[in-house]
Amino acid sequence: MSASRRPPPARPLPLWADVIVLPLVNIALAFIVVGIIVAIIGVDPLRALRLLVVGAVGSPQSIGYTLYYATNFAFTGLAVAVAFHAGLFNIGGEGQAYIGGLGCGLAVLAFDGVLPAWLLIPVAIAAAALFGAAWAAVPAWLQAWRGSHIVITTIMFNFVASALMVYLMVNVLIAPGSMTPQSRTFGPAAQLPALMGSALNLSIVLALACCVGVWIFLWHTSWGYALRTIGHNPAAAVYAGTNLRRMTMLAMCLSGALAGFVGVNELLGVQHRLLLDFQAGYGFAGIAVALMGRNHPLGVALAALLFGALQQGGAEMSFDIPEITREMVVVIQGLVILFSGALEHLPRPWLQALLARRP
Amino acid sequence: MDDAASLVFLMFAATLRVATPLVFCAMGGLFSEKSGIIDVGLEGKMLVAAFFAAATASTTGSPWAGVAAGVAAAEVLALLHGFACITHRGNQVVSGVALNILAAGLTVVLGNAWFAQGGQTPPLLASERLMPLFFPRAGDNILLYVGLLSVPLTWWLIARTRFGLRLRAVGEMPLAVDAAGISVTWLRYRAVLLCGLLAGLAGSYLSIAQGAGFSRDMTAGQGFIALAAIIFGKWRPFPAFGACLMFGLLDAVAIRLQGLKVPGIGEVPVQLIQALPYLLTMFLLAGFIGRAVAPKAVGVPYEKER
Repeated sequence: MSASRRPPPARPLPLWADVIVLPLVNIALAFIVVGIIVAIIGVDPLRALRLLVVGAVGSPQSIGYTLYYATNFAFTGLAVAVAFHAGLFNIGGEGQAYIGGLGCGLAVLAFDGVLPAWLLIPVAIAAAALFGAAWAAVPAWLQAWRGSHIVITTIMFNFVASALMVYLMVNVLIAPGSMTPQSRTFGPAAQLPALMGSALNLSIVLALACCVGVWIFLWHTSWGYALRTIGHNPAAAVYAGTNLRRMTMLAMCLSGALAGFVGVNELLGVQHRLLLDFQAGYGFAGIAVALMGRNHPLGVALAALLFGALQQGGAEMSFDIPEITREMVVVIQGLVILFSGALEHLPRPWLQALLARRP
Repeated sequence: MDDAASLVFLMFAATLRVATPLVFCAMGGLFSEKSGIIDVGLEGKMLVAAFFAAATASTTGSPWAGVAAGVAAAEVLALLHGFACITHRGNQVVSGVALNILAAGLTVVLGNAWFAQGGQTPPLLASERLMPLFFPRAGDNILLYVGLLSVPLTWWLIARTRFGLRLRAVGEMPLAVDAAGISVTWLRYRAVLLCGLLAGLAGSYLSIAQGAGFSRDMTAGQGFIALAAIIFGKWRPFPAFGACLMFGLLDAVAIRLQGLKVPGIGEVPVQLIQALPYLLTMFLLAGFIGRAVAPKAVGVPYEKER
C-alpha cells in the first residue's frame, strides 16, 4: 500500500476511545492471534482461556500470585513510562532490575545482622533504587553528554549487567559450600511476610505508592512538567530554560530506580537470597505494560494487573494442558507490544471511520 | 602439523565458526540500516530461523529444506517489521523489540507442542545437518563459506550498483529519492527482505550447521553483538566484518581461557571477555574511539507529502 492511497486523515479520536477502546482493541487482536496459535497446536482456545482465567482469579491464593506478578510488572511498566514521557526509550529495564536487586541484596547481606527490620528494609529499598538508578545513569550520561543513542546503550548494558551478575554470583557472593550460585539466606529481619498464602508481599504497597508518586511527580510538580516538555518538544523546553541534560539524567535515574524495585519484590519478598535471573523477562515486559497503559500510572497499574493475571493463569493453564507451555505468556507480551506499539496506527483508522459514521 | 601450528589453525577455525552468524547478521543489518530502518530484531529473526531450520531438518531429513524453512521464517518476521515500520510508519525500535519477544516465546511454545522436549528439537543426525567440507576438525560447512562470501557481495551491492546507490540515498535523504520518482517503500522493503534472508541463514547455521538441533534462546544475544559490529564497523561492510572477527576471536579466547591462570594477571574472568563487545561498542558510541555516524534518516518513518 503506497502512502498516496491512504484515506485522508479522519478526525482525531475522542479521549475515551484513545485511552480505553484502542488498548482493548489492541489486546483483542493479540488474543485473536494467540487463539489461532493455540488452535494450530491442537488445543481448544476457549478451553485454554477458561483455564487461564480460573488459574488467575479462581482462588484467593491464585489472586495473591496474580497480584505478586502484577507488582513486578507495575515497577518495570512505570520505569518504561517515565522514560517515555521524557522522549527516551529505556530498553534497559532488565539490567536495571538486575542491578537494583544486587544493591538490595548487598544491603541486606551487609546489615541484616545489625539493623532491626524497620530500618533494614527501608535501607534495602533505598539501595535497590540507588543501584538501579546508577545502572541507568551511565547510558543517560552517554546520551546527554556524548550523544550516543540510549536504545543501543541500554541494550548493551543489559548484557553487561548479566555478565557482571554471573561473575559476582559464581565467584564472590556464592554461599560457602553451595553448589548453585546463590548467596546465603537473608536474616529474618529482611524477609517481607507473605500474604494470602502466596508469593504476594508488602512490596505491592510500594508499587501502589510508586504509581501515585509517579502521577504526582509527572503532572503536579514543575520537574515533572519539565520532564514531559523535553519529551514533547526538546527545542521548546530548552528555549523555556529547561536543562535538557539534567532532565535526561533525572528521567533515566527515576526509571532505573523504579525498575530496581523488582529486586525488592523478588528478593525481600520471595527468594530471601540473592540469585541469578530473578528479574528474567520483567524488564522487557515493562515495555508492553507501558504501551498498554498508555504511559499513565493508572493505565500501567491496570495493565500490570492484566499481565500479572496472564502470568499466573498461564502457569496454571500449562499444568492442565501440557501442550501449551507458560512461554505462551511471552508470546502474548510480544504481540501486545507489536499491536499497541509498532502497529498502533493499524486499528486507529478503522476506529475513526467507525466513530465518524455515527451522527 | 606441530602443536603450535595446529593450535593457531584451530583458534582461527574457532574464530570463523563463532563469527559466521555474526557476519550474516551484520551484513543483513547493514542493508536494513543503510535504508533507514533500525533493526534491533536481528536476534528474533535468527532465533525463529534456527528453530524452523532444525524442526524442518529433523522432520524431513533434509538440511536444505531446513535452510529454506529457516530463511522463510526469518522473512516472515522481516515482512512484519516492514509492514509495521514502512507501511504503517510505526516505531522501529518497538517493532524490533516486539519481534524479539515474540520469537523467544513462540519458538519454545511451538517446540514444546511439536516435539515435547521442553522447547528443544530432537538432536539432528549427521545426514540432517550441513557437515564440514574439507577440514572435519574445523567445522567448515558450506554456510561458513557463504558467510565469508556475503561480505564482498554486500559491499559490491551497496557500493557499486544502482540499487546500492539508491539504498544509501534512501537512508540519508528519502525525500530526494522520492522526488527522483523512485519508491521509498519498495526500496526499504527490499532492504528489509535482504536482511531477513541473511538473518535466516545465520539462524539456520546455528542450529543445523554449527549445532545439531535447536535449544531455547540459543542465539544468546548474538543478534545484538552483530548490531554492535555494525556500529563498530561504522556502517561499512568490511570494517563490520572485521568487528565480527574480533568479537568471534574474543569468544574463542574466552572458551580457551575458562579456568586458566594467565601468568602475571591471574585468572581472567570469562564474563569480562564476554561483556567486552558491548563495553567496546559503548566506548565507541561515546566517541572515545573515533566517531560512529549512523545513516541520517535511520529510524525516521518516511511520510510522503501530499
